[in-house]
Amino acid sequence: MTDLTELGVKAIRDGVAAGDFSAREVAEAFNANVEAAQQALNAFIVATPEKAIEAASAVDAARAKGEALGKMAGVPIGMKDLFATKGVQTTAASHILEGFVPEYESTVSANLWKAGAGMLGKLNLDQFAMGSSNETSYFGNVISPWRKAGSNAALAPGGSSGGSSAAIAARLCPAATGTDTGGSIRQPAAFVGISGIKPTYGRCSRWGVVAFASSLDQAGPMARDVTDCAIMLEAMAGFDPKDSTSLNLPVPQWEAGLNADLRGKKVGIPREYRMDGTDPEILASWDRGIEWLKDAGAEIVDVSLPHTKYALPAYYIVAPAEASSNLARYDGVRYGLRDLPEGAGLQDMYAATRAAGFGDEVKRRIMIGTYVLSAGFYDAYYNQAQRVRTLIANDFKAAFELCDVILAPTTPTASFPLGDKVDDPLAMYLNDVFAVPASLAGLPAMSVPWGLNSDGLPLGLQIIGRAFDEQGVLNAGLAIESRAMFNAKPEKWW
Amino acid sequence: MVTSYRIQGATGEWEVVIGLEVHAQVTSNAKLFSGAATAFGAEPNSQVSLVDAAMPGMLPVPNRECIRQAVRTGMAIEAQINAWSRFDRKNYFYADLPQGYQISQLYHPLVGEGSLTIEADEKAGIPEDKVIGIERIHVEQDAGKLMHDQHPSMSYVDLNRSGVALMEIVSKPDMRSPAEAGAYMRKLRAILRYVGSCDGNMEEGSMRADVNVSVRRVGDEFGTRTETKNVNSVRFVMQTIEHEARRQVDLIEDGGTVVQETRLFDPGTGTTRSMRSKEDAHDYRYFPDPDLLPLELDEAFLDECRASLPELPDAKRRRYVEGLCLSDYNARELTAEVETFARFEQLLAETATKLEKSETEVATQVANWSLSVAPGVMNALGNEANPAHATASAQAAILGMQAAGDISGGQAKEIFEIVLKTGRDPQEIAETEGLKQQSDTGAIEAVIDDVLAANADKVAEYRGGKDKLFGFFVGQTMKAMQGKGNPAVVNQLLKAKLDG
Amino acid sequence: MSVTHETVAKIANLARIRMDDAEIAKLVPEFNNILAWVEQLGEVDTSGVEPMTAVIENHLRLRDDVIDADPLTGGGVRDAVLANAPAAEHGFFGVPKVIE
Repeated sequence: MTDLTELGVKAIRDGVAAGDFSAREVAEAFNANVEAAQQALNAFIVATPEKAIEAASAVDAARAKGEALGKMAGVPIGMKDLFATKGVQTTAASHILEGFVPEYESTVSANLWKAGAGMLGKLNLDQFAMGSSNETSYFGNVISPWRKAGSNAALAPGGSSGGSSAAIAARLCPAATGTDTGGSIRQPAAFVGISGIKPTYGRCSRWGVVAFASSLDQAGPMARDVTDCAIMLEAMAGFDPKDSTSLNLPVPQWEAGLNADLRGKKVGIPREYRMDGTDPEILASWDRGIEWLKDAGAEIVDVSLPHTKYALPAYYIVAPAEASSNLARYDGVRYGLRDLPEGAGLQDMYAATRAAGFGDEVKRRIMIGTYVLSAGFYDAYYNQAQRVRTLIANDFKAAFELCDVILAPTTPTASFPLGDKVDDPLAMYLNDVFAVPASLAGLPAMSVPWGLNSDGLPLGLQIIGRAFDEQGVLNAGLAIESRAMFNAKPEKWW
Repeated sequence: MVTSYRIQGATGEWEVVIGLEVHAQVTSNAKLFSGAATAFGAEPNSQVSLVDAAMPGMLPVPNRECIRQAVRTGMAIEAQINAWSRFDRKNYFYADLPQGYQISQLYHPLVGEGSLTIEADEKAGIPEDKVIGIERIHVEQDAGKLMHDQHPSMSYVDLNRSGVALMEIVSKPDMRSPAEAGAYMRKLRAILRYVGSCDGNMEEGSMRADVNVSVRRVGDEFGTRTETKNVNSVRFVMQTIEHEARRQVDLIEDGGTVVQETRLFDPGTGTTRSMRSKEDAHDYRYFPDPDLLPLELDEAFLDECRASLPELPDAKRRRYVEGLCLSDYNARELTAEVETFARFEQLLAETATKLEKSETEVATQVANWSLSVAPGVMNALGNEANPAHATASAQAAILGMQAAGDISGGQAKEIFEIVLKTGRDPQEIAETEGLKQQSDTGAIEAVIDDVLAANADKVAEYRGGKDKLFGFFVGQTMKAMQGKGNPAVVNQLLKAKLDG
Repeated sequence: MSVTHETVAKIANLARIRMDDAEIAKLVPEFNNILAWVEQLGEVDTSGVEPMTAVIENHLRLRDDVIDADPLTGGGVRDAVLANAPAAEHGFFGVPKVIE
């Protein structure tokens, strides 16, 4: 019999529908993998095998009764622990939310359950989604299932959706939710050889997702291939009147619209992304990607995104500023940790609680954000950053006059050993240099696997599309996928 | 704009400069950014949504009615309405502020500059009408409530108010005396209540003022101001100003300086004191709320707001004087409160219809009834009166009978008294209780004939030129009729008989 | 612009994060590195450029004034609101006594 955990979303959904296997068998197989890998990979903060079984049983029962099945029927998934799940601890990987059990379900997770998906557990992440290596979680580092050829050193699964990426690569789940504020879906996807798409800002509701930076946060699917991403994004997306920034648009049928034929399409190659110091293997992978898209029928055009250089610094003003305010609610009054030193007053309680509850990176960003918003600095920092953001969005608008999608590397390097950059925040931030511009402009962007580098580690390619054109992004991704023929998986050591 | 209010200091006269920031609760069913109810007096935390409690991942969605009411209020003070505005976050930590920020509007408020006029009031030292500038109106969330007395070492937090919509109405520093500030508060309250955007209920906290006070030598630059928070009655606002002005003058004259600070009013002592808990909260790090897009209002929305505005206090008062020919005093009294003019206008309409006369013709009678006669009867009865019986139709019936000459003014009061106690029909009361006056000329003539016959000597005197005796004959006739004769008819017939 | 120990201490207080001197001392150079890096934004000529207000063209919707229209954003859910509170008593949240 096939190993069910080798199957992706589409194969599981179709197999369950066809009766090749039951949803329950699928859930059990993944539950077993989750449990077996927990010690070594630490991908989950909480496993919920009973939830997976419960959802699977419901799908099996519905199928037995001949009822129509949902888009994700029978597919067990991992849920990034940034999504509030009713009755299941939700922590954002922070001590300050340890033990917090929401009385509500996020819109995105509710949509997935409605589509027939089940929950294997809550996935580890960088604390409050702040990080690029999954080393800021209060619940320990996530270890990538990948290792450099000839080395046992623990590698970063990327971040902040590092639990999601590791779990999918290690076959602990066929797909998982991610959130992307400045690359948190695409960078980890690239690091572990999977696909992931951040849709247009506003496609997926932010209601019930622990906020990091409201104007940037966007949920999206992570899965083994482009088709699975299309299926899962359809299930996650949709207008939500509870989110003022939600897009009031029908959800396109992305799966049905998949088409790898790029004849008549123009692919832009942004010259500013060819940065000094970029790993030559990354540049080579990009050139190869260009060839593949040509092969798919696309015309390649040179485009310019002149303010690319300023995207990362603008991001590191806007995101921390919003975060400093979004995270003010963690004060020990209504939920989560309370640290009340003997004789402390209210304000002392706040300071003690937040000191004990937040990790170093979270504190660093809250501090930066507080500083750039403080009296006298608001205009020079925050407003200037938001003006630069306008220029970056305008750059993309101009480029999309000349092309339909943009091809770029996802990351400047392959995965790196844990501990390599923890003492150098700036070096860590630079990981997202290629991912952040699309976030600042709210554009759909995805990473698809390219292949392995000379160390035997996966690299990804990034496709950025026009606002609302997830289909164009997915199609270009499919064109790459069908030429890259990526089928490498980490050798099991856990 | 000469206001004589001065504080006498040891070193001379001082002028007080006052600006008011009034927080008015917007009348709405649900909160500004959540669907929880706004009703006053509910069980603690029973009107709190997950949004109001700032649970992780919760997001604000604005309530159209709150925006509409703020726009209508802006139109009522003839202010500039900003079709493009934004919500900003005001960041500070306090137990009554679950998000750690208040959603407010700093950079782009919904309503820009406007003004209102306070009326001249000689007795209060306001010699002439005065226009008070209004800087802006913005919409923001209210905070929750802390209770300090329930537990020895804890304060309790009730978030029912958290997220209720407020309008912050910021005046310019245009007021120069406690009386002006009091008049401003009353006028603003009247406008809000006319518009229906705030119930103006100060006891329930629907209207509170932050009182900014500074003092200066007449003609000098503005002095340093203090801000006394959350003062919740007109009287307390005036007391705050009196106390603050005195305190600041004494402080300066003793060689001290006024510190810009937040203060608290103590209604028990009528004094203010420095508020320790807000001391370091001055860097609010305002920035546009990234959970909300800019608020853009289209023409249709603004048109509806404008079209739904009622007649406002100044216009109504003018119409009462110029259109209904009421006295200045009556017009002012009748337009002061929404309930008063509403009752008056209903009664006026019914009475005019009943008598088939124009409203102007009956307005003075109805005004006098509404302002003095009816309240007099009601007050005299005290608890015996059931105000629910004081319907417009009952009162119109009484006024109709009086105007037709069927009852006298005294009988009108007696009938109204019975109506208030029992709710019986005025017409029926007049019949069964004998509370009608005699207007039948035949009957009255018969009585007059008797009176004249019985007082032939006086008749001769009268006819001989002693005009003053006319009053005697009226008195005798009325006496004979047990006071029920219609005085006008009695007068007319007597005159005819005596002179004829 | 470079920040001092005192500035970082002030910011920590504003952000309500208790920090001892050693933590502040460690943060000062990190802060300065990050600020020096983000200050390259000053090079960009943004005259006449509006700060971004909405990343994707969209309009703010206003909801109807209806109580508890959606149970997820309505009131009357006191138990849910208090369920995770570190100190809830008599239907209130409890905090250390505040002196106003």
